[in-house]
Amino acid sequence: MKEIRIHGRGGQGSVTAAELLSAAAFEDGKFSQAFPAFGVERRGAPVQAFTRISDIPIRLRSQIYKPDYVIVQDATLLETVDVASGIKDDGIIIINTKETPEDLKIGTKAKVMTVDATEVAMEIIGRPIVNTVLLGAFAGATGEVDVDSIKNAIKERFSGKVGEKNAEAIQKAYDLIREEKA
Amino acid sequence: MTVNVADKDKMVVVEGSYAVAHAAKVCRPNVISAYPITPQTHIVEDLSQFIADGEIPNCEYINVESEFSAISALVGSSAVGARSYSATTSQGLLLMHEVLFNASGMRLPIIMTVANRAVGAPINIWNDHQDSISQRDTGWLQLHAEDPQESADMLPQIFKVAEDKDVLLPGMACMDGFILSHVYEPVVLLEQDLTDEFLPAYDPEYVLDPANPMSFGAFAAPDTYEEFRFMQEKAMQAALPKIEAAAKEFGEIYGRFHGGLIDEYLTDDAEVIVMSMGSILGTVKDVVDEYRARGEKIGVLKVRSFRPFPKEQIRKAIKDAAAVVVLDKNISIGLNEGALFTETKSCMYNSRCDIPIIGYTIGHGGRDVPRESVAKIIEEAKKVASSGITVESQFLDVKEELL
Repeated sequence: MKEIRIHGRGGQGSVTAAELLSAAAFEDGKFSQAFPAFGVERRGAPVQAFTRISDIPIRLRSQIYKPDYVIVQDATLLETVDVASGIKDDGIIIINTKETPEDLKIGTKAKVMTVDATEVAMEIIGRPIVNTVLLGAFAGATGEVDVDSIKNAIKERFSGKVGEKNAEAIQKAYDLIREEKA
Repeated sequence: MTVNVADKDKMVVVEGSYAVAHAAKVCRPNVISAYPITPQTHIVEDLSQFIADGEIPNCEYINVESEFSAISALVGSSAVGARSYSATTSQGLLLMHEVLFNASGMRLPIIMTVANRAVGAPINIWNDHQDSISQRDTGWLQLHAEDPQESADMLPQIFKVAEDKDVLLPGMACMDGFILSHVYEPVVLLEQDLTDEFLPAYDPEYVLDPANPMSFGAFAAPDTYEEFRFMQEKAMQAALPKIEAAAKEFGEIYGRFHGGLIDEYLTDDAEVIVMSMGSILGTVKDVVDEYRARGEKIGVLKVRSFRPFPKEQIRKAIKDAAAVVVLDKNISIGLNEGALFTETKSCMYNSRCDIPIIGYTIGHGGRDVPRESVAKIIEEAKKVASSGITVESQFLDVKEELL
């Protein structure tokens, strides 16, 4: 089983991202579970959402303390939130920022990868909505979900042009992080 | 395991609340009345949407200004023979308290989803079972679900039991607030055709009807009141086999079985049995699997029906264990015990079996219960099995520094 924690601010769509990720993993043939850190949904406040992905049905209902992967939607959170908390040594932290992993100096044995999801979102969607874009980066960085499944999950949720633009941005972020990985 | 892997092609990833609202819809209710309260809100929002979209035929959604009015409206609608549904939680359920007795005393099979939540003060919106456990003696059936699929599947089952002519009692289908109501995961949305096959239209014997005047719950003096109470208890006892039968028939039609009154997981040879209700059971089963992998004989007893209380089934399930530990997401303040613990001890007392039983009250106000805590509890129960009870009932993880 793989456990993913998403950090964001209220209003950035962290919970939606966790849900879309679980839908995509299910489309890949896995079982999945997505849930928010309950009851803290205030716009702008630091929030978390979680996804579990497994080959077998998931019974576990406790919160996630030792994630395999962490997604950070807003690099300003690094000043106040320990985004590396509990992450496994062989895990990956994906951060939305213009900076390089070295610049960020995050104290962790886990691998840190960065992607400028805000720029991708502005360029393709025209608005700084990064939650879906980062899922493309997640697919590229981890290989835990098929990028096409992510795109399908988005298009199912947001029909027409909105879904199409998001899918395009997801592919872009996927390609960017694949380049970084290579 | 309540997820049937063979169902995978039929599953969709939805929120637990949606799965429950959809299940309520396919039960073909005639009247829905509810007042929004976290974490039940998404259920009634989804139902309002279904009504607005014309997806629930022959159904009226009555908007009200409080939970007291919601349940009062349903007492009226159920008395005229309408299949009636609501959903609530916490302070909302407490506000209904007086009318809950009326609904049961009038023998009205109203069904309500309770998205279990703590009660104030202090205000707390998160999950525990204090709200529905506090309604224990109102004369409502009370079933507890383990996961979103069971929370949905429970609705046609409990409607069927409640509307049975030998029962005619209202019922609560309980699901853990947030943990099950706000989780997205794959579930099978209940099929309308299968539900129509499983749950026939409500056909009440007695209804309020101007053409055939009759009174419900009007007045009973000392010379008759006791018999009404006796009949309520008799109806509860009659529900015991009906709950088993409904679960079994549901399994035959839909292909999923979540247990009847109870559900046993690796209990046959178990030396230590962990008992509980609701969503914690999934986490407990994962921990027990780790123990089993090491060759340790630990089992899990899920109690699905809290009312009626399945004494015989529980006795039979735990009688050969060396120790039992009961996890309660509620507490009777002043007794320092959770309700399931107290009642399990009570039902063993006059049996010839004398096994040690200990209790933990856990998860108050949404305090997370991680795997490590479950393992700690099992370790304590193992000590009890070998050297007896030292602490009979206790809180799981009080932070001493906050006291």
